[in-house]
Amino acid sequence: MKIVVTVKLVPDTNADKRIDPATKRLVRTGVETVLNPFDEYAIEAALQLKEKLGGDTTVTIFSMAPETGKEIVRKALAMGADDAAMLSDAGLEGSDVWGTAYAMAQALKKVGFDLIVCGTQSTDAITGELPGALAEYLGVPGLTYLRKVDVDGTTVRGERETDNGYQKVVAELPALVSVTKSINEPRYPSLKGIMGAKKKTITTLSLAELALDRPVGSDGAKTEVLDLAAAPVRGKGRMVNASDGADGARIIVEFLREKKLL
Amino acid sequence: MDFELTDEQKAIMSLCREFARDEVAPRAEEYDANAEFPYELVRKMADLGLMGLPFPEEWGGAGADTVSYALAVMEIARADASTAITLAAHVSLGSTPFFLFGTKEQKERYLIPLAQGTMLWGFGLTEPQAGSDAGNTGTRAELRDGTWVINGTKAFITNSGTDITGGTTITAITGKTADGKNEISNIIVPQDAPGFARSRKYKKMGWRASDTRELSFENAAVPEENLLGPRGAGFRQFLTILDGGRISVAALSVGLAMGAYDEALKYAKDRVQFGQPISKFQAIQFKLADMLCEIEHARLMVLKAAWEKDSGRDYVMAASLAKLFSGEVSRRVVNEAVQIHGGYGFMEEYPVSRMYRDQKINEIGEGTNEVQRLVIARLMGL
Ligand SMILES: Cc1cc2nc3c(=O)[nH]c(=O)nc-3n(C[C@H](O)[C@H](O)[C@H](O)COP(=O)(O)OP(=O)(O)OC[C@H]3O[C@@H](n4cnc5c(N)ncnc54)[C@H](O)[C@@H]3O)c2cc1C
Ligand SMILES: Cc1cc2nc3c(=O)[nH]c(=O)nc-3n(C[C@H](O)[C@H](O)[C@H](O)COP(=O)(O)OP(=O)(O)OC[C@H]3O[C@@H](n4cnc5c(N)ncnc54)[C@H](O)[C@@H]3O)c2cc1C
Repeated sequence: MKIVVTVKLVPDTNADKRIDPATKRLVRTGVETVLNPFDEYAIEAALQLKEKLGGDTTVTIFSMAPETGKEIVRKALAMGADDAAMLSDAGLEGSDVWGTAYAMAQALKKVGFDLIVCGTQSTDAITGELPGALAEYLGVPGLTYLRKVDVDGTTVRGERETDNGYQKVVAELPALVSVTKSINEPRYPSLKGIMGAKKKTITTLSLAELALDRPVGSDGAKTEVLDLAAAPVRGKGRMVNASDGADGARIIVEFLREKKLL
Repeated sequence: MDFELTDEQKAIMSLCREFARDEVAPRAEEYDANAEFPYELVRKMADLGLMGLPFPEEWGGAGADTVSYALAVMEIARADASTAITLAAHVSLGSTPFFLFGTKEQKERYLIPLAQGTMLWGFGLTEPQAGSDAGNTGTRAELRDGTWVINGTKAFITNSGTDITGGTTITAITGKTADGKNEISNIIVPQDAPGFARSRKYKKMGWRASDTRELSFENAAVPEENLLGPRGAGFRQFLTILDGGRISVAALSVGLAMGAYDEALKYAKDRVQFGQPISKFQAIQFKLADMLCEIEHARLMVLKAAWEKDSGRDYVMAASLAKLFSGEVSRRVVNEAVQIHGGYGFMEEYPVSRMYRDQKINEIGEGTNEVQRLVIARLMGL
């Protein structure tokens, strides 16, 4: 069975992010690029499936990113994935969800898969819409927001997280799933994995190799970011000095009463 | 000339950085306060492959280079010096002698579990009466009917008494050379050798979570085959081991300084006095600039020494220069880091207070500052 994990390369989550006012795109230069943290859970889920299923199950990493991202893709390989494929093409710049999902779908058809595992969202654009759109373009069932996933035979089943519980969902392969952060604890890449990763292949695909029948990149974008504004700064809280614990408790209770919360 | 790290070196550095931040840093204060050995962290470092980082895969290692090893020690030391010395002593002092001088059987028996990190090992050179003058060993081993009978004492031996320690390799006098000098050899002493005992852990000012003990040998007996390398080669062997070890303690010093700098920078931005963050005062800015400058300097020296070793050059001078300089840099940096913290830096709940205590040994262990200067002067031909 061939499992493909889609991973996005995002600017370091701890770094200060900036948006270019002219292009309204995230400034990616000068900021360290990392694996989208949500996608580490997807990689772990895929590796656990591989360990469980054994046999000829393989895990392929797929990323649509500039070729300079190779080094980051190697981290995913160091965690234990078998190989990787990247879709890299300057013509993809400025793609929206629609264009990204379409181009990725065409590339994934070429790469081949039985099961695609996605994260639930990126930490930069955070639309969380890509997995759904991708399943649609691929014409396969999409089981999203899973906190548990299992494969037996040709069936994938899982538990989809909801606000007040979970749903049991099931689909026939080939299929796509997205997994949440509660599904597992991603492993660190081991040193052996790191040393071995340089021997693993990363194939690169360009747009010319795909059968595209509509434009992608900024030309094909159906959405446009019109304006951006910083979130309003929160006002200062009220500072009080309590003489002791009991006094503090009294002040808090009074405050809650005043706000009609008690 | 190329300052770019390879993909693997970068990957190992960022793995260690993540591991240190997420796993080591949160526990460092407690391990230090209780002088508790970090078994769980050692197990995790073993799982990652750190405990055998520079040894070839066939001996259970990860096959990484010295630059990667230095980067790994730096990143761990950035979070906790005790954990870093546990790793560095295990690799450079405990395991390296087997790798460099062991027979195939000794490598199979000792190096593989050591590199896999399921067992720790000590290296016993220092004695109560032989510190800087390590060649002046008093411990004696006598070969009687195929058994080495050992008598003597070793002082300050790292990793020698943990629950997973397999033994210690010691230097001992095994006879006289042709010119009447003491013949020194390295002998492998497993933990369960009769007549071999460990003291309780020393109560230390720093590196409190690391395991340091005194070892005593009273007619301790080990088989003849426990000789490591040729008989009489002990002196030359331990000098070689110390040469390599200097790179890792130098890396540890740089890592500690980096950690103190991280804390100082964060604190300076947060702490408000006279209506503004203290980082806005030029006096504090200049301290931070000097700290960064010195760290960068020391770091480059360590990486250069490691690179020289990796490229098969004579790295002895570079390693000594790096060890001496980074040890002194770590002192200046932790001192200023505490200064930037003011009174809070004197409080145990701020990591810089631990770093301040952990620092001093950087200028003493594996050759004091004075001894480094001696080595350097000797290499200068003076
Ligand atoms: C500030 C900002 C705002 C934006 N707003 C919009 C908008 O409103 N509408 C719009 O259409 N586009 C928008 N975009 C563009 C958007 O970034 C791209 O369309 C992007 O490819 C879609 O991803 P996402 O980051 O939202 O992915 P998400 O849907 O949040 O990601 C979910 C999962 O999809 C997978 N995935 C996502 N991207 C990739 C990739 N490149 N390679 C491999 N796997 C991947 C990962 O598994 C990930 O965990 C915006 C971009 C920015 C920077
Ligand atoms: C926590 C800890 C862990 C250690 N781990 C190990 C270990 O695992 N294995 C091991 O074998 N050892 C270990 N040591 C020992 C360490 O290497 C020695 O402490 C160190 O080499 C100094 O020896 P000494 O303490 O006997 O000091 P001394 O040699 O007595 O030195 C005292 C002072 O005299 C100075 N001095 C000595 N000779 C000269 C000279 N010729 N010229 C100028 N100045 C001189 C020294 O620089 C120093 O300032 C450890 C020590 C500590 C504290």
